[in-house]
Amino acid sequence: MKARPNYAAGVGAVIWLAIIAIPLYVMLQATFETQAGYGKTGALGIPNTFTFENYVNAFSVGFGHYFVNTVIVTVSVVAIVVVLVPPLSYAVVRNQNRATSLVFRLFLLGLAIPAQAVIVPIFYLISLAGLYDNLIGVILPTAAFALPICTLILSGSMRDITPELYEAMAVDGASPARAFFRLAIPLSKGGLSTIIVFSALQAWNGFLFPLILTQSDSNRVITLGLFNFQTQYGVNIPGLLAAVVMSMVPVLLVYLFARRSLVQGLMGVGGK
Amino acid sequence: MTTLAQGKRTSRRPGGPSVGRPGFAWAVPATVFFGLFAIVPLVFVAILSFTSWNGLGTPQFNGVDNWVALAKDPVMIQSLGITVVLVVLGIVTQTPLSILLGVWAAGHQKNRAVLSAICFVPLLLSSAAISVLWRALIDPNFGIPGELPWLFGNGNLLGSQAGAIGVLTFVGGWQFIPFHTLIYQGAARAIPPVLYQAAQIDGAGTVRSFFNVTIPQLRNSMITSLVLMLVGGLTAFDTVLILTAGGPGTASTNTAYYMYQKAFLGFDFGTASAIALVLAVVATTISLVVVRATGYDKMRSTQEGL
Repeated sequence: MKARPNYAAGVGAVIWLAIIAIPLYVMLQATFETQAGYGKTGALGIPNTFTFENYVNAFSVGFGHYFVNTVIVTVSVVAIVVVLVPPLSYAVVRNQNRATSLVFRLFLLGLAIPAQAVIVPIFYLISLAGLYDNLIGVILPTAAFALPICTLILSGSMRDITPELYEAMAVDGASPARAFFRLAIPLSKGGLSTIIVFSALQAWNGFLFPLILTQSDSNRVITLGLFNFQTQYGVNIPGLLAAVVMSMVPVLLVYLFARRSLVQGLMGVGGK
Repeated sequence: MTTLAQGKRTSRRPGGPSVGRPGFAWAVPATVFFGLFAIVPLVFVAILSFTSWNGLGTPQFNGVDNWVALAKDPVMIQSLGITVVLVVLGIVTQTPLSILLGVWAAGHQKNRAVLSAICFVPLLLSSAAISVLWRALIDPNFGIPGELPWLFGNGNLLGSQAGAIGVLTFVGGWQFIPFHTLIYQGAARAIPPVLYQAAQIDGAGTVRSFFNVTIPQLRNSMITSLVLMLVGGLTAFDTVLILTAGGPGTASTNTAYYMYQKAFLGFDFGTASAIALVLAVVATTISLVVVRATGYDKMRSTQEGL
């Protein structure tokens, strides 16, 4: 890129930064105000109260429990993705016959199937299987809908491994399984961490499947807890926003420590 | 295919490059799992659209009744219009901003990296969290509009159709512009510097090289981004549910929300399935078009020929 600064673009970017950052700042500030204090100073005023009671309150209305449920869903979804996607990507990249390329196209098509479009039959199937209002019922479709993108990302990174390496292993008599564990997996670590982060994000932020497939408070995940909190205690804005912040913390931590994987994963969705 | 059962080794051409290639069996578990939760339901939704089912008991076939009813349903027809408006407004506002921000963020300057790091935060958040946040921020009594009456009038942004659609468009932009910016940032970084050098030698300034080098080079990303906006906008649901609940009245009820309403509030799963099928067909058609257009399925690089 050129070294000459582009002032017009810089100003535009700073305005956009304000549009992004001010709401986040207002949110964070409000969570440390009392409800009465927030009511008095409003969203933009300088706070004159300070309290942690909103976070304590969020815990007491069940967010600690929702948090645990969401962790269970997220870990399970990641586990399913990590078990299923690498062999599939390996086959897509290395076994280039008609059937596998058909499967790959199927997954590409799957990218476009909106979850809303199939939510009614999924509700039917999950109820039929007796998994309604059960975290397993949320985990299974969430994992299934993470597969297409993860396959796309991982097969992209497995494709970067030069065929000569596989051929060298084959000449030495290695079976496909051995080449998978000794070559494909170790050399696609970047792609693997990307799909882990990406599927975790999908599961953590998922809303539609929990909304439709669970009902009771004991099986509520955090996004649904937010929605529920809003319908029940919508006027307690500091309390509500504290719950929103709580739902964001793990994701922000991931962003801090695994930014590369995350950004690459999201770019993978765009197909670069 | 013939290699179906051979998990070990497919040695059709011994000594050739096919030695040590994995069999189709490697692809089976993921395919079965995905088929069960995505492909089977897709077939199912088509069948259910010809039935009447209230969520209990077994669905009963009722021919094309649901489709006929839908074609005459004023809310359904209105919802299609609202969906188109929301999608178009989304594309028109998000595309230019994302391109500008993406190209800007593609520079390697340190301050740009810091700014982009903050600007990407919304794409980490769930749409539930974003909607709840904005619902609180635009609350008529305790939110920002009440404090800036010169800008927002009486402050009840969700009280009118124009206001509700404006809010949905704005929040959609807040949520998705960072994502599309990321796509364009990646693509802009991949543009070979030699093209800019050539443009500079030919006397092109910043603006000209933006329009004559950057924009044409971003063509593939634009297609991808556009399709994601189309499919995403078509099925926008979480934000509609949490921010406006389709209201006031049915003034912001888009097709995806109407489907939810029919199914899970009205327990008319047959009609809901018909709406879902419409959404699925449109979304899949759009994506098929793009798969062709970008050569995704042929596993080609976008950088080919450069």
